[in-house]
Amino acid sequence: MSELWVHPSLILIAGALLLPAIPERLRKGWLLLVPLVVFARIAAMAQGTFGEVHFLQFTLTFGRVDALSKVFGYIMALMCVLGSLYGLQVRRVAEHMVAWIYVAGSLGAIFAADLLTLFLFWELMAFSSVFLIWFRGRRESPGAGYRYLLVHVAGGVALLAGTVLHYHSTGSLAFVAFDVRNPALPDYLILTGFVLNAAVPPLHAWLPDAYGEATFNGSVFLCAFTTKTAVYALCRGFAGMGILIPLGVIMALYGVVYAVLENDCRRLLAYHIISQVGYMVAAVGLGTQLAINGAVAHAFAHILYKGLLFMGTGSVLHMTGKSKFTELGGLYRKMPWTFAFTLVGGLSISAFPLFSGFVSKSMIIQAGFEDHKFWMGFLLLLASSGTFLHTGLKVPYFIWFGKNHCAPETWERAADPPWNMIAAMAVTSGLCIFIGCYTPYLYRMLPYAPVEFHPYTSYHVFETLEILLFTALGFFLLIRKLEPEATISLDLDWFYRMGGRGFRWLARRPVQAADTAVGEIYRAGGLVPLMKSAGDVRVFDNRVIDGAVDGLASSVRRSAGQLRRMQRGPLQENLTVVFAVAAILLLAYLLLL
Amino acid sequence: MRLLRLIEFLRRHLKTVVRIAVGLLCLLAALDAIPGIVDKRHAHTAAEHLPAFWCVFGFLGCALIVLVSKAFGHAGIMTREDYYDE
Repeated sequence: MSELWVHPSLILIAGALLLPAIPERLRKGWLLLVPLVVFARIAAMAQGTFGEVHFLQFTLTFGRVDALSKVFGYIMALMCVLGSLYGLQVRRVAEHMVAWIYVAGSLGAIFAADLLTLFLFWELMAFSSVFLIWFRGRRESPGAGYRYLLVHVAGGVALLAGTVLHYHSTGSLAFVAFDVRNPALPDYLILTGFVLNAAVPPLHAWLPDAYGEATFNGSVFLCAFTTKTAVYALCRGFAGMGILIPLGVIMALYGVVYAVLENDCRRLLAYHIISQVGYMVAAVGLGTQLAINGAVAHAFAHILYKGLLFMGTGSVLHMTGKSKFTELGGLYRKMPWTFAFTLVGGLSISAFPLFSGFVSKSMIIQAGFEDHKFWMGFLLLLASSGTFLHTGLKVPYFIWFGKNHCAPETWERAADPPWNMIAAMAVTSGLCIFIGCYTPYLYRMLPYAPVEFHPYTSYHVFETLEILLFTALGFFLLIRKLEPEATISLDLDWFYRMGGRGFRWLARRPVQAADTAVGEIYRAGGLVPLMKSAGDVRVFDNRVIDGAVDGLASSVRRSAGQLRRMQRGPLQENLTVVFAVAAILLLAYLLLL
Repeated sequence: MRLLRLIEFLRRHLKTVVRIAVGLLCLLAALDAIPGIVDKRHAHTAAEHLPAFWCVFGFLGCALIVLVSKAFGHAGIMTREDYYDE
C-alpha cells in the first residue's frame, strides 16, 4: 500500500465490534455516529485504486473508486445511516452488529477490483444478513434463515467456481467487464452467482421467503443491499449481455403478478423488489450509456423508496405485530403519519412526477425505446401500471383504509411509531421528493456524465399520469377482485422446500427400507450360509477330524494294548529272551565266518 | 393531528372527492388530444398518436394484470396458509 487508505467497511466492522463495549447511554449516539462517518468517508473519497495487498501469487485490490463504485457506495452508506436511525430503539446489540457487518460486506464487494475479494465480501453479506432473519425468533425463522443461507451458498459456489475457471483460462482475477459477446462457462457461472443475488427468476424465490420473515428492522436493511450490490456487479461485469433483457422484463412482470396474490404486505413489497430490479437487469442487458445510467439511477432511487416502504410496513408490524392485510385495515386513525410516509414511498416506486422513481425509471424505458426494443418499453410500462396498482394503491388502501380486520388487541396497540422511526421515514421521504424535483443531484453522480436526459417533457409527464391515474380507476372499479385472501402463494421455492421434505422422506422411507433390505439380504445371503457353513465345519470337525484323531488314538491304544500284552512278563524273562536271541545271532555269525 | 383531520375531512366529502377525481381523469384524457399541450413528437410508435392512448393502456393494463393474476392464483398457486407446516 502506497498510502494509508481507510476502507469504509473497516470503519463499519470496527464500529460493530466495539458496539457491545459502548455504555448503554452512549449507544444511540454511536449508532448514529459510525454510519455518518462511513458516509462522510465515501462522500469524500477521491477516485483511484487503493488498498492493494499481495497475497500468495495474487494481488487483491480492496479499493477501486470510480464513478460506478462511488455512486453505489454513496447510496449504500446513506441507507445505512437511515436504517440505523430507524432501528435506534432495537435493544438487541447483536442485531445492529450483523446489520453493519452486512453493509460492510456490500461496500467491500462494491469497492473490490478483483474477483477473489468480491467473493469474500459477497459471502460476508450472506452469512451476516441471515441473522436478521433468525433474530425474528418465530417458529418459522430458523427454517427461513437456513433456506436463505443454502440458496446463497449455492450462488457463492457458482461464483467461486466461475472465478477459479476464469483465472485458469485468462490468468487474471481482475473484476472488469466480461466477454459478453462470446461468453464461456466461467462467465456463465459468475453470471449465475450475480443473478441469484439479483433474484432473477428462476433463482428468485429466496427473496420473498426471507424478506417477509426478517425482523421489522432487518427487512429495511435486507431490501437495500443484496439485490443492489448484485445490480452493481452486473453493471460492472455484464453490461450488454443480451439475455438479461428478456430476463429483466420477465422479472418486472413476475413480481407484479405475485404481488396481486400476496396477502402479507412485506412479502408483497418483496415481490416488487423483484419487479423493480427487473428494470435494472433489463437495462444492464441493453448496455447503452443511457441504459447503464438508468440502471444506476434506478438502483439509487429504489434503495430509498423501497427502504421507506419497508420502514412504513415495518412500523405497522412493530406497532401491531401484524403484517397481513386480512389482519389489518382502517389504521389511518391510529397511524396517519406512517400512512403519509408509506404513500410517498408508493408514489415514488410508481414513478409519479415529482417523485424519485419518475426521473430514474423513465431513463430505462427511454433507453429501451431508443434501442428499438418496443416490446421491452411497452411491457415495462405495463409493469409500471402494476406497481402503482399494488404499492401505490393496494398497500396503503388495505392497511390504512378498507375493511377493518384488526383484532381488538391489534387496534389497541396500533399507533404511530417512536420518534426515531418517524424521523427516518421523514428524511427518506424528503430525499425521494428531492430526487424527483431536483434531477442534477442524482444525475451528476451517474457513471456516464454529462447526462443528456430530460424526464420532465410534457409528453412524458402526460404519458405517466395517464397510465397511473387510469390504473387507479381500474383499481377502484375492480376492488372487489383485489380483496385480500388469507392464503399463501406457491412459488419456485416449492421445489426445494418440498424437495427438502422429499429428501427427508427419502431418508426415512426408501433409504431406511433399503437399509433394512440390505440387512435382510446380509442376514439371508450372508449370515445364514455362514451359520450353515459353520455347522458343516462343525460336523466335519466332529466327524472327520475328530474321527481321524479318535481313530488314530484308538488304534494307538489298541496296538499299545497288544504291545502291553506282549511285554507283560517279568524283566528277567525278557532279558533272558533278549540275551538268548543275541547269543544265537552271535554264534551263527561266528560259525558262518 | 392536522393530517388526521385532513383525511377525515376528505372521507366525509367522499362523493365530492370522487367527482373531482373523475373530472380530472376526463380532463387528462381531453388534454392529451390537444397538440399544443402534449407534444407527440416524443412518441415512440404510431399508436401513441391516438388520442388518450395511454389512458386506455393504463386502464386495460390494470384490468389485465388483476384478472390474469387472479386466474393464475386460483389455478392452484394460492393455497392454505399452513401448507408448508407439518
